[in-house]
Amino acid sequence: MSATTETTSGHLARPEIRDIGLLRQSLVIVRRNLIHIKRMPEMLMDVTIQPVMFVMLFAYVFGGSIAANAPSGYREWLLGGIMGQTIAFASFIVAVGLTADIDKGIVDRMRSLPINPAAVLVGRSISSLLHSSIGIVVMSVTGLFIGWRIRGSVLDALLAYLLLLLWGFAMIWVGIWVGSKMRSVEAVNGVMFTTMFPITFLANTFAPTENMPNWLRTIAEWNPISSLVQAVRELWGNTPGVPSDAALPLQHPVLTTFIWTIGITLVVAPLAIRTFRKRTQD
Amino acid sequence: MTSVHAIEADNLVKHFGDTVAVDGVSFAVPQGTVLGMLGPNGAGKTTTVRMMTTLTTPTSGTARVAGHDVLREPAAVRRSMGLTGQAATVDELLTGRENLRLIGGLYGLSRSYIKRASDDLLERFSLTDAGSRIVKTYSGGMRRRLDLAVSLIATPPVLFLDEPTTGLDPRSRVELWEVLRELVRDGTTLLLTTQYLEEADQLADRIVVIDKGTVIAEGTPLELKDQSGRAAVVVTVSHVADLPAAEKLLRTQVDEVHVDESSRQLMAAANGLADMTRIAGVFADSAIELDDLGLKRPSLDDVFLHLTGHRAEDGAADTADDEEMAQ
Repeated sequence: MSATTETTSGHLARPEIRDIGLLRQSLVIVRRNLIHIKRMPEMLMDVTIQPVMFVMLFAYVFGGSIAANAPSGYREWLLGGIMGQTIAFASFIVAVGLTADIDKGIVDRMRSLPINPAAVLVGRSISSLLHSSIGIVVMSVTGLFIGWRIRGSVLDALLAYLLLLLWGFAMIWVGIWVGSKMRSVEAVNGVMFTTMFPITFLANTFAPTENMPNWLRTIAEWNPISSLVQAVRELWGNTPGVPSDAALPLQHPVLTTFIWTIGITLVVAPLAIRTFRKRTQD
Repeated sequence: MTSVHAIEADNLVKHFGDTVAVDGVSFAVPQGTVLGMLGPNGAGKTTTVRMMTTLTTPTSGTARVAGHDVLREPAAVRRSMGLTGQAATVDELLTGRENLRLIGGLYGLSRSYIKRASDDLLERFSLTDAGSRIVKTYSGGMRRRLDLAVSLIATPPVLFLDEPTTGLDPRSRVELWEVLRELVRDGTTLLLTTQYLEEADQLADRIVVIDKGTVIAEGTPLELKDQSGRAAVVVTVSHVADLPAAEKLLRTQVDEVHVDESSRQLMAAANGLADMTRIAGVFADSAIELDDLGLKRPSLDDVFLHLTGHRAEDGAADTADDEEMAQ
């Protein structure tokens, strides 16, 4: 330390504050969130042990009694469903993280800094997508062990992964919305468990919709999750397609999934941003 | 824009629905001085600080920090100030150093600067040994010190501290005061809110007393004590035998005299230094031998009671719990 950079009492003089831009600011926050995962690896249970447990439960406990239309049976068919559920829970991850940061005053601290206010949300979103992506990788590997295979073209397979990420992107907004609305992590847990579990189960995730009562089948087939799950199953070549009497979205699952992700984002993103502003600026 | 005032609040008002949290607060803090904002819980201190630090938009009125308007130039305000909020907002899962690096990184400071500044700050706040430990293992006092260190990573010229010592044990509190005094010696302008009258008395050059969202008094700690007008001259005689004579003499100057034989003291209501000097003169001319003669000013606590009709710490969760043992 040279004398010129010190004040009279020997401390460092004022440094130059630089605006490093939204992306780098967000990455600084991502880095912090990743350190959290490093310090508390159990945070990853929701995208590792939990879905693997679901795979095992459904594949081996219920699998025998569920007839599925897939080349190598129920286990292969199941995987797309678990993937859909895992990525839908990205909203949960965002919401829990955001609520905790608001609650502990971390968001306020960051808002008092000369950074782009969006960095808090972008950083949270990127790290949550990384979090969910770990789940997608773990599920793919688990799938390979229990007999799941990609039977379509490489391009189709990649499109399936892209759809999952897009879906995760839409779910981020749901997470920001819920996370800004709820006052505590416990409240987020309550809301997300009581909504996301029924939503992800009332679909084609774990059992084919054909065997459901008519009214339930209609709900399940119009459920956006079903479109996503059907799309990735078809793109991976894990199902020959839905019967001709299935609802319209399932006849064109890839297109419907694109429409849903855009639609959810367009509707929820403005709500999420408004709720976040209201929560943090008052 | 230059301003001799580092902080100015200009008729700040904040409504939350039907509740008026802050109702027209104005004050100015000259550069390099300390303003103590004193008031009970719910008086509107935190909301005022949040408006001045761009966290909350005022319903009306505005504020300037280092000459920058909080409404028109929020980014410039954020570059000029540091904020230590009411709860220690450090990241529990990060180490002390990682916390400093996180905030330093967001300020866009270079890695080498952050490293040097972190070493310097950790040492100043007696956290050098704890720097590489995760914050979860810190005691309450350590967290507070780290919180303050983090706010200082970019050496802001203006610092806002919202109840910096709430919940600290007396020793940690005194330590933190020392650090704050040092900052002021380095030229930092400080605004601190507190419920502790002693804290405002110890640190502040000027005090604004806030109650129910408005400023009810303003001045130096001394002026505020004088304002309540209940100072007393205390005379201690050397020999108990002199007490009656001393009392008689004192009564020639003031109407009401209180005698306490056990401490050989006489007390008389006085209006300040002038009264005391006059009384001292009278005793000097007499043959009564004195041990001591002085002016006892009311404490800020008395001042607060006088101004508001209730005590400052009413309803305050004054749990100065000893958290030093936390680890």
